[in-house]
Amino acid sequence: MATQTRKSIFNRPEKAYVHPYFGGAVLGIVLFLAILLTGNGLGSSGATSRLDAAFVDAVAPAHVDNTPYLLKLAGGDKNPLDDWIVPVFFGALLGGFSSGFFSGRLKFMTTKGPNISNRTRWLMAFLGGVIFLYGARMARGCTSGQALSGGATLSAGSWVVMFAIFGGAYGVAYFVRKYWL
Amino acid sequence: MNFPLPSLVAVSAAHPWTYVLFAVIGFAFGYTLEMSGFGDSRKLAAQFYFTEMTVLKVMFTAIAVAMVLIFGAVGLGVLDFSQVWVNPTYLASGIVGGLIMGVGFIVGGFCPTTSLASASTGKIDGMLFMLGGFVGAFLFGETEKYFDGWYTNAGYYGRVTLDQVFGIPVGAVVVIVILMALFMFWGGEQLERIFGKRDLSKEPKLRVAGAVALFAAAVTVLAIGSPSLEDKYNKVTFTRTETIEQVNADPIVNTLTYTADDMLANRLVFITPAEAFKAKYNQSMNPVYLDVRSEADYNLYHIENAVNVPLDRLTEVIPVLLSEPPANSVFILMSNDEAAATKAWKTLVGSSVQNVYILEGGVNNWIAFFGAEDKALQPAPNAGDDQLGYIFPAALGSRYESCDPNPIEYEALEFEAKIILQLKRDKSGGGCG
Repeated sequence: MATQTRKSIFNRPEKAYVHPYFGGAVLGIVLFLAILLTGNGLGSSGATSRLDAAFVDAVAPAHVDNTPYLLKLAGGDKNPLDDWIVPVFFGALLGGFSSGFFSGRLKFMTTKGPNISNRTRWLMAFLGGVIFLYGARMARGCTSGQALSGGATLSAGSWVVMFAIFGGAYGVAYFVRKYWL
Repeated sequence: MNFPLPSLVAVSAAHPWTYVLFAVIGFAFGYTLEMSGFGDSRKLAAQFYFTEMTVLKVMFTAIAVAMVLIFGAVGLGVLDFSQVWVNPTYLASGIVGGLIMGVGFIVGGFCPTTSLASASTGKIDGMLFMLGGFVGAFLFGETEKYFDGWYTNAGYYGRVTLDQVFGIPVGAVVVIVILMALFMFWGGEQLERIFGKRDLSKEPKLRVAGAVALFAAAVTVLAIGSPSLEDKYNKVTFTRTETIEQVNADPIVNTLTYTADDMLANRLVFITPAEAFKAKYNQSMNPVYLDVRSEADYNLYHIENAVNVPLDRLTEVIPVLLSEPPANSVFILMSNDEAAATKAWKTLVGSSVQNVYILEGGVNNWIAFFGAEDKALQPAPNAGDDQLGYIFPAALGSRYESCDPNPIEYEALEFEAKIILQLKRDKSGGGCG
């Protein structure tokens, strides 16, 4: 694949990923420290909603007043961006970038199954993003806010959400196998 | 020190460095996900074809490690679990939303945070997933109004943890989750061997030691148990400000810190009947009158809208008091005198319920203040400590005039305000919400 042979930006040698158990243990410690210091876990999908709300509030403030969900985030003099999840979101972008930089993994490419075109993959990624975030807002949290943070604090509802996520993905995996295998 | 640190529970413009702290947490989060390989959608999708179980391994190791550390810290009394955000349970929207997320996961190849790790390292599919995410979240905001009732109410159980669901100690849940995780790791590796043709003999032996350590830590958490109510009570502190007027200068404001016992000794949590009554008409607070006397006394006489929770059943309502009422709720405890109400106060404060006060002199004092002219209420000469000091002709409950004093008649009441509303952090936007 042409995309694979392209050189990394900054020409740093590409390093291997860490062992999953090690990565998981570090992630667990990060999650624990977040909860110990702030009482909040990790998350990101909430920030997506809040950025959306800020955007709507800027271009069509009247629309905020007519939409109950947006009203909760941006109604009155509320600033939808004034929430801990927003700096976590931007921090995560920067953190991902830094890890990619130090491991030589910064490169413009498309990660996809071997038998589909870039264009198909882009469409699927976009569509998946739409579906995922719709579900994440409905469940009040994504894999980070519900499965990871709620799982570690033993929230009953979060464990249900976690199994529903895996259930949904395993249930549909067979039908979309041509995109991945 | 008591964790979590109150100044860090939310971002605030008054403390700009809170933004930095949360950004650092996010940085570590994104960094860890990227180094684990979650910037590559193929690694994530492989989970659902059993060829590579990285998602399962990273996620469950993280949950297991964090859980053991969290409940270890809670057991040692370092971390106050009531101040930790626990995602409330909404079964219906959780299940449907979860299933939708699963579909998005396998179609798009990412979950929201992994798409950040992917997009930030230049992966075009990660960027498009992120972009799609903005559209999806927007669509949810636009369509939520069509199923608002279902979204807010269906299968709502509030803050429930697994130990409460199964009625077993939290340490036992920790051990069970660890055993389950270890079994899943073993099963996941077997699947990788079969479907992914992976040679397990090349896996580091250290992972077995890690598994043993994790299990040992879980058993330790079980052995430590949970901190007693008394330990938690002794750790609670209150802050009050004291203003000293100065001649020819601005008044000096001192912040004083009190322990719970100091608050009782200085009578800072005892509010007069006048203040308890006026709270009802104060827009900024939502008073909840908790009558901790026996049901018999309650039936004889009680304040309008008071809820009867006999002292021995108080612990049953604590989870509700912690999670259900609006943040500006003020709990006003009352017994006939003060003894039982004071016991109840200690229990609630030890359980981290905020804004709890005691009716000074109890119901007897209330009657003395508001019902002195009611001829039907005659003082009982031989009333003992914390017993009703009046004789009632019948069990009329709250149907005496003094149970619900006329707000116009008592328009002007002088009292020294003791209630200082402490707003709980807004949990509605917590978690991933």
